[in-house]
Amino acid sequence: MQDASGRSGPNRRELIVSGAGRASLFVTRPACATDETMRAAIRDFVGEAQVRSGRIKLDLPPLVENGNAVPLAITVESPMTAEYHVKAIAVFNQKNPQPNVAIFHLGPRSGRAAVSTRIRLADSQTVTAIAQMSDGSFWSDSVDVVVTLAACVEGL
Amino acid sequence: MARALINVPAKAKRGDIVEVKALIAHPMETGYRHDIKGESIPRDIIKSFVCSYNGEDVFRAELFPAVAANPFIAFNVIASENGVLTFSWTDDHDQIEVRTAPITVE
Repeated sequence: MQDASGRSGPNRRELIVSGAGRASLFVTRPACATDETMRAAIRDFVGEAQVRSGRIKLDLPPLVENGNAVPLAITVESPMTAEYHVKAIAVFNQKNPQPNVAIFHLGPRSGRAAVSTRIRLADSQTVTAIAQMSDGSFWSDSVDVVVTLAACVEGL
Repeated sequence: MARALINVPAKAKRGDIVEVKALIAHPMETGYRHDIKGESIPRDIIKSFVCSYNGEDVFRAELFPAVAANPFIAFNVIASENGVLTFSWTDDHDQIEVRTAPITVE
């Protein structure tokens, strides 16, 4: 069987009916991180430690018009003394091609655990920030973001 | 030489927490895009950024392709003594760029 474009094989309707069309939709999508790769990236950062929610505040606009430059700000409630301070803050995403966004290393000389930057988001997704304290505890916050213009995967 | 804007308050009281902002002109090419011929554009990003205060590292960032083009990074540091803040960043070609900003502490 040949269709108008000269290709042989099942036509569009047959593909949809068979469910193969639905499967191929996923095959042709650009590579993107999944929940699984995000969890793996988080595991790389925290190891076996338990991640609790709280103490860290991730600030992202809930609705993003342009995913190419999304303002992101993170603050952690913590004293910044030599005895107890925020050691690192890592940002992860769910659906960009890579799960990592950035890792910031702070110390007692930071004075205040607050960083901001601008990131890319390829799709509407959840962004997670995790703070590592000097005592080895981890705290996290997540924000769901809706992106109307995606970044990263478009051509020139 | 890439253009960069570094914003450090020129003067601060001893012990004050000052905000430092850096904006670096860089395409942060992700490596996931294709040019008009369909060939993939090689990755070219700033992968690390370090700020040191009179020689001691006070802030460090590891960046990934998800950081927007022309990366902007803002963070805080305690103004402890007169001196110089040195900013250096490394790209995928292992080229290191350095900028300095003086700070006067009263």
